[in-house]
Amino acid sequence: MGNVINITKKELKSYFISPIAYVIATVFLIITGYMYWKNVMAFNAACFRAASLPEALKRLNVNRDIFISNFRSIIVTIMYMMPIITMRIFSEEKKNKTMELLMTSPVTVPEVVFGKFLASFILYAGIIGTTLYMPLFISTVQFTMGDLYWTPILVGYLGVLMLGSVFLAIGIFASSLTENQIVAAVISFGFILMFTLIDAAAAQVQGLLRVILSKLSLVAHSRSFFNGVIDSRDVIYYLSFMALALFLTFRVVESKRWTQ
Amino acid sequence: MIEVKGLTKIFGDITAVNDISFKVKKGEVLGFLGPNGAGKTTTMRMLTCFSPATSGTATIGGYDIFDDFFEIKKILGYLPESPPLYLELTAREYLDYVSKLKGVAKSRRKSALDMVIDRCGLEKVIDRVLGNLSKGYRQRVGLAQALINDPEVIILDEPTSGLDPKQIIEIRELIKSLAGERTVILSTHILPEVTHVCQKIIVINEGNIIAEDTYEQLSARLKEANNTTLIVREPTVDLLDKISSVSGALSVTHDFDGNVKTIRVESATDIDLREELAKLVVASGSGLLELKHEAMSLEDVFLKLITKEDRTEN
Ligand SMILES: Nc1ncnc2c1ncn2[C@@H]1O[C@H](COP(=O)(O)OP(=O)(O)OP(=O)(O)O)[C@@H](O)[C@H]1O
Ligand SMILES: [Mg+2]
Repeated sequence: MGNVINITKKELKSYFISPIAYVIATVFLIITGYMYWKNVMAFNAACFRAASLPEALKRLNVNRDIFISNFRSIIVTIMYMMPIITMRIFSEEKKNKTMELLMTSPVTVPEVVFGKFLASFILYAGIIGTTLYMPLFISTVQFTMGDLYWTPILVGYLGVLMLGSVFLAIGIFASSLTENQIVAAVISFGFILMFTLIDAAAAQVQGLLRVILSKLSLVAHSRSFFNGVIDSRDVIYYLSFMALALFLTFRVVESKRWTQ
Repeated sequence: MIEVKGLTKIFGDITAVNDISFKVKKGEVLGFLGPNGAGKTTTMRMLTCFSPATSGTATIGGYDIFDDFFEIKKILGYLPESPPLYLELTAREYLDYVSKLKGVAKSRRKSALDMVIDRCGLEKVIDRVLGNLSKGYRQRVGLAQALINDPEVIILDEPTSGLDPKQIIEIRELIKSLAGERTVILSTHILPEVTHVCQKIIVINEGNIIAEDTYEQLSARLKEANNTTLIVREPTVDLLDKISSVSGALSVTHDFDGNVKTIRVESATDIDLREELAKLVVASGSGLLELKHEAMSLEDVFLKLITKEDRTEN
């Protein structure tokens, strides 16, 4: 565990030395902030429209009407940003020839992979954490149809973190494949897009295939989280996907030694 | 301390290292000498458990490179061919990280850092970002990294490459000072390096060990040949043939420069051909401008070892 922490600390340091962390956080905040503002405005307009109809007003729901679409815009944004967070993780080790240092030090490959994953996760969680201003702000407002519930919001954030972890693990795997960071980013973006688009493909087909495809889709498994429900199947799906990607990374790093 | 048996590494159809075996005793400094592409780096990578051998085995400090590689990594200091630096960190941050990776106890990290700063001459650059350092300083930081855990076995791949002459001398002194306590393997293609610091030399070429000895014995053994150089003005046509047929002449080479010819005659060590060659040239009626006798320099020894091997192969 000591090794994992050392590696995590070093990786985090490298993130914050380079402008990458700041640029990503800034762009992320601008985009999600804009989408949040749109969501809030749309909700606001709906409230005005419903103001004279108590029945319609009751049907509005702060959690659902603002935050479900807000979580969706967050994950669309991270889909594009995750590959940039992870692309350097192994590619740079190879370019700097520092792999030779890591592999001849008394640390194991799983420790290296996990330490790097943990660092990217901490950075990611930090970036996601900045969006907490959104529910915090809403929670200060008094609504006639009922205030914000925090539990579904936190469950939604759990979903965002889990889905993001899978994206990170995919990105780390892609980074282990090549020493070119751009190639790594493109590969991980391709994977992420593929497992996301499966969802749309599932809608096109029928029967068993549809069931299989929609079960595989990364985004489909986040829906119940955003509705405030923790489904153990989704949790298991995300954890196993993550474990698989990290395991494959371990295998790639290990097997690359044979060609050295 | 280090025992290598039949180590082989094959990349596709290239045999980078071919069935090499050798031993290094505790406290010895072994020099690995060979031209580019000889297989030095590949051998070191196998010994450091970075790259698995295709076949053969080796033990370091009694630990097997396949079975107990984790134990080896704990007692190992390794400077790869290109220093493995995180260019975004400062030298201090980097060395601190390496000392943690290598498992240096927390209480000893500070003194370990001070020790390598002093030994590798890093005072001036310790708080600078590695990416901004010159090649020589990067090499020194790489060396510092290999020494920071005070390892029992130190493997250095071309430790003095990129250093200035003064620093080369200092690093050689440093390596010498490690001898006795630590076991060191270093690789180089610069000959004086091995003569200065190594007790034992292994000459490797195209993946094969072609000589293994102390420097003195190596050069003694190879001094089976002497060179005699003649500079002759307007040589007669058959002079070369005559020289070649002198008994004791092993090989004859020549260059033209206008009407002056330089002829090099190689002979066995115990035969001195000077007198006979001089007579021959004078008798042929050509003008003998110069006659020089030279024992082989270390470079010649080295080149000879390598070319000899080639000859037997063809
Ligand atoms: N990863 C690899 N894939 C294929 N061939 C390789 C690989 N690494 C080394 N080789 C080949 O193995 C041979 C030995 O290379 P090595 O790097 O060990 O030489 P060296 O003695 O260290 O040379 P130099 O003095 O140039 O550093 C070379 O022919 C090289 O092309
Ligand atoms: Mg080399």
